[in-house]
Amino acid sequence: MNSVTLPTNADRPHVRPLPTALQIQDLLFRLLTRGFAFLVLFILLGIVASLVIGSLPSIHAYGWRFITTETWDPVDNVFGALGPIVGTLVTSVIALVIGIPLSFGIAIFLTEQAPRWLRRPLGIAVELLAGIPSIIYGMWGLFVFAPVFAEKVEPRITAWLGPLPLIGPLFNGPPIGIGVLSAGLVLAVMIIPFIAAVTRDVFEVVPPMLKESAYGVGATTWEVVWNVVLPYTRVGVVGGVMLGLGRALGETMAVTFIIGNSHDLNISLLMPGTTISAALANEFTEAEGRLYTASLIELGLILFVITFVVLAISKLMLLQLAKKEGVRT
Amino acid sequence: MNDTTMETGGTPALRSKIRARNFNFYYGKFHALKNINLDIPEKQVTAFIGPSGCGKSTLLRTFNRMYDLYPGQTSEGELLLDGQNILDKSTDVNKLRARVGMVFQKPTPFPMSIYDNIAFGVKLYERLPKSEMHDRVEWALRKAALWDEVKDKLSQNGLSLSGGQQQRLCIARAVAVRPEVVLLDEPTSALDPISTAKIEELVYELKTDYTIAIVTHNMQQAARVSDYTAYMYLGEMVEMDSTDIIFTNPKQKATEDYITGKFG
Repeated sequence: MNSVTLPTNADRPHVRPLPTALQIQDLLFRLLTRGFAFLVLFILLGIVASLVIGSLPSIHAYGWRFITTETWDPVDNVFGALGPIVGTLVTSVIALVIGIPLSFGIAIFLTEQAPRWLRRPLGIAVELLAGIPSIIYGMWGLFVFAPVFAEKVEPRITAWLGPLPLIGPLFNGPPIGIGVLSAGLVLAVMIIPFIAAVTRDVFEVVPPMLKESAYGVGATTWEVVWNVVLPYTRVGVVGGVMLGLGRALGETMAVTFIIGNSHDLNISLLMPGTTISAALANEFTEAEGRLYTASLIELGLILFVITFVVLAISKLMLLQLAKKEGVRT
Repeated sequence: MNDTTMETGGTPALRSKIRARNFNFYYGKFHALKNINLDIPEKQVTAFIGPSGCGKSTLLRTFNRMYDLYPGQTSEGELLLDGQNILDKSTDVNKLRARVGMVFQKPTPFPMSIYDNIAFGVKLYERLPKSEMHDRVEWALRKAALWDEVKDKLSQNGLSLSGGQQQRLCIARAVAVRPEVVLLDEPTSALDPISTAKIEELVYELKTDYTIAIVTHNMQQAARVSDYTAYMYLGEMVEMDSTDIIFTNPKQKATEDYITGKFG
């Protein structure tokens, strides 16, 4: 459209006329970039549509029961996904509860306290941790972490936390090494580099003068980070946490190795469980029959919905925080 | 009392709040401040002028040991606040910074509401009941001549104010913790003339309660707001005297050249 309505430069001889070739090139470029952007939307919708269509048989067969019951019986064709759903959420929560404070600590140390010569090597080490393929985390978790955890840590957890009221039952169980808690811990190690790297990067762009003004009224490093640096960088920090959470929710290989792959729900975190992605990876190859396959596809759809909800919650949280901070006009 | 009084340019003896003796400062190996000796009189405005890179901001930042935040920056000699050497290892820098407030070149409101911007520093050292905290916030904002402009929007974000208002908010924030000294590091360099005039007025008002040290690139500003002026060049204190003398009858030729614009 623009190329047609542009005024000609014929009546302004001193202005160099714009060559039409350039105009066409620009138009093509604009169409191309727009095409790329819409391609993303198209792929997303395509994936959602195929997930919905693929899971129609199980949606018809079970309805809401699919997400409220835990029986997963391929022999009798009875499928309830409560086990993997809870497993996915619980392992991710464990990973975040442990991973976020550690990541923040790493980021704060790297930006505020570490001597210059230590910053680069430590920063690179954190990034390398992010580059380790998840299968290696799985093997490490199963062969190295789980035995040590079963022998040295789990009996102590049971002894210390088991007798407590309310949270006690969470930590009672056989010390077998593999289970929901172990999976959550391995996930925590896996998401730390993501959250730490992003958080460090956004901490680094806080204007030094802003930090100095906070130090200038007598604040300690902790007070500066908590009251000034974190609020200033909260969009980036929440972004980093979401990146980590995204990995925790969807992580497949490492979790499959160490979670025990049991569809039974259990109050104890020391018992085996399963997550949506672990169940998918384990069972797709042997899924026979329309309902079984459809149920697995519906699991995928649920994972997609969970991710979407989590993203929406994070956006709402940011809005809420912004409100608390005072209106910007 | 002899120890903490000074005679300058025939004015009556004033108690000196900050005193430097053979003070040196280094950025790594770079010798940024060379053998500085000076006395900053109490409840007066002292201006630091000189060409860029002469060390005036560096000197200001040593008064609250802001340089501590950065590795490789070291000092030697004596820097006394009320006779206490603040360079001592035993000095609690957080308490020091509560006594020596600072305002920077650019407004740096914290990412929080106007009210909390002021209350933040106060909360660090005093536990005040709500009503007293409110009084303190109002008092500080009035001191900074900002109260009337913001009293109806205290819950708004500090960043929603104009640049000049933000800078006065920063002054209010520094004043709110009731420091003894206020350091102003080119506080008007990012502001328009009207905001600048307001801040200068403010500096004049504040000196009844506080000792003020101001770094400025603007010589007229130094002449307008300060009682004493120090001219620095290449890390050395060339001359310090009452502002009247520095601007009308400086003892050093170098100072005169800089003041009259022959150099700089």
